Amino acid sequence: MYEVKVISVFVQNQPGKLERITRVLAESGANILGFSITSVKDFGVIKFLVDKTEEAYKALKDAGFTVALNEALGIEMEDRPGGLHKVVKFISERGVNIENALVYVEESRHRAYFIFEVDDLEEAKNKLEK
Amino acid sequence: MKDGSFWNKKVECLPEKELRKLQLERLQKIVSYVYERVPHYRKKFEEAGVKPEDIKSLEDVRKLPFTTKEDLFVDYPYGLLAVPKEEIVRVHTSSGTTGKPKAIFFTKNDIELGAELIARCLVMTGTTRGDVLQNSMTYGLFTGAFVMHYGAEKVGVFVVPAGPGNTERQLELMQLFGTTCVHMTPSYALYVASLIAERGIRDRLNLKRAYLGAEPYSEETRRKIEEMLGIDVYNCYGLSEMGGPGVGFECPAKDGLHIWEDAYLIEVVNPQTGEPVEDGEVGELVITSLCREAMPLIRYRTRDLTRVIPEPCSCGRTHKRISRMLGRADDMFIVKGVNIFPQQIESVLMGIKGVAQNYQIVLEGYNDFLVRVEIEKEFFDGRIERLLQLKEEITEKLRDEIQVRPKVELVEPGTLPVSEGKAKRVIDKRKL
Repeated sequence: MYEVKVISVFVQNQPGKLERITRVLAESGANILGFSITSVKDFGVIKFLVDKTEEAYKALKDAGFTVALNEALGIEMEDRPGGLHKVVKFISERGVNIENALVYVEESRHRAYFIFEVDDLEEAKNKLEK
Repeated sequence: MKDGSFWNKKVECLPEKELRKLQLERLQKIVSYVYERVPHYRKKFEEAGVKPEDIKSLEDVRKLPFTTKEDLFVDYPYGLLAVPKEEIVRVHTSSGTTGKPKAIFFTKNDIELGAELIARCLVMTGTTRGDVLQNSMTYGLFTGAFVMHYGAEKVGVFVVPAGPGNTERQLELMQLFGTTCVHMTPSYALYVASLIAERGIRDRLNLKRAYLGAEPYSEETRRKIEEMLGIDVYNCYGLSEMGGPGVGFECPAKDGLHIWEDAYLIEVVNPQTGEPVEDGEVGELVITSLCREAMPLIRYRTRDLTRVIPEPCSCGRTHKRISRMLGRADDMFIVKGVNIFPQQIESVLMGIKGVAQNYQIVLEGYNDFLVRVEIEKEFFDGRIERLLQLKEEITEKLRDEIQVRPKVELVEPGTLPVSEGKAKRVIDKRKL
């Protein structure tokens, strides 16, 4: 199990928003490994897992975006049918509630990671590492 | 010698009961006075079916018709004059949005009255003989500078009649005469303060306090100027129709403006219906001048929004306080038949954690409206649940305050127009 940081960006639903964010990320030289978008009508939160987290976070902040860094856990999974189910089953059996999640595929058909946020990171780690 | 920080302690601290008695006597007198002397008022009173002798209590003032801006243009410019023209010693005008300026006349006693009220204001904030007041309001048809000037001279203050503008010269005068107080508009004070900071000349100045008025400004602006210059800023309110500045003035408590109630009778009414609102509720300020001679006005609709602060003031003065001006009555809008002031929305929003300075009200229809709210950058922690909770909290608190549930939209900080004096807070998309 890995500990990773994901970048969260607050966005109001407006045409061109995602375009601007991804441009800033591209210019910062960070590579997007995975992302998720949660939207509730007028606004949403976009989450990114990138290789150069600090640089990307700073670039977004400097560009005026409303951003936060969140700690998340990563579990390796197999990139094949049933791979996700296996991981999610493991997590839920240990009573850990997933707040947000995204998937990072490192090698197609081979290795992927399930990246998820939880309410209490330490508690979740304890439960999952048992 | 005047007593401590009071110019006229007896009147300023007159027990409530005596103050009301004095007001009633003066109200009865002024109502008969205009009824006898001003044909337009006589006509208005007759149309309303009210006679001076019907005024038996202060509440009876409500039987009298309002005076509006339009009344000032009847038989212009002398239509509301209550004295022979020979008694006039001065005119001031107020730039109306309609084109013709309102003409306000003063007798010798009116000039003296204005000076007396300003003297109280200055002394209560600590300005006295030995102080140097740089008066940077416009000398001319505008009342602001002259009325302050006469009041300051009455106290024995050294007045530098600088007038507005030419900031270089303002700074030179401040250094040359050791200016201790300035009288100017808040927007100009911000500019002057930033220039002083930029030049690094604060140490060469003797500034202690600033009297800022003639434009509405926020508590944040006051604090900003106070911090930039290390001075006390006092809010003053007045309008030409009532004789200029000095109608309402802050005491050292800086918590609302005292209205000199021996000279003015105030009411706060619902701008739509003209009915009185409860003490503490926001409404339009209506003023009756109790002592003016040349052109007393009865129940004048100021269009300014404020509320009465009912609690007694820590300074010991018994004269009622009102809040700083909260906007213009013309800014009010109606949704689902409910009267709503942008200020009500603002005060709710500013009390919620996570909400930034800027907001916008968008009127889309007659049954609903949208409030767009900037969130604070630091509030965002990546969790969408927290944003939804904030949105819910804003919606509920607004509904509690205004009885209508608005649509609330959270937006990114820095995306709405910045409030600078007259920021456009309400966007009306409705078509009549």
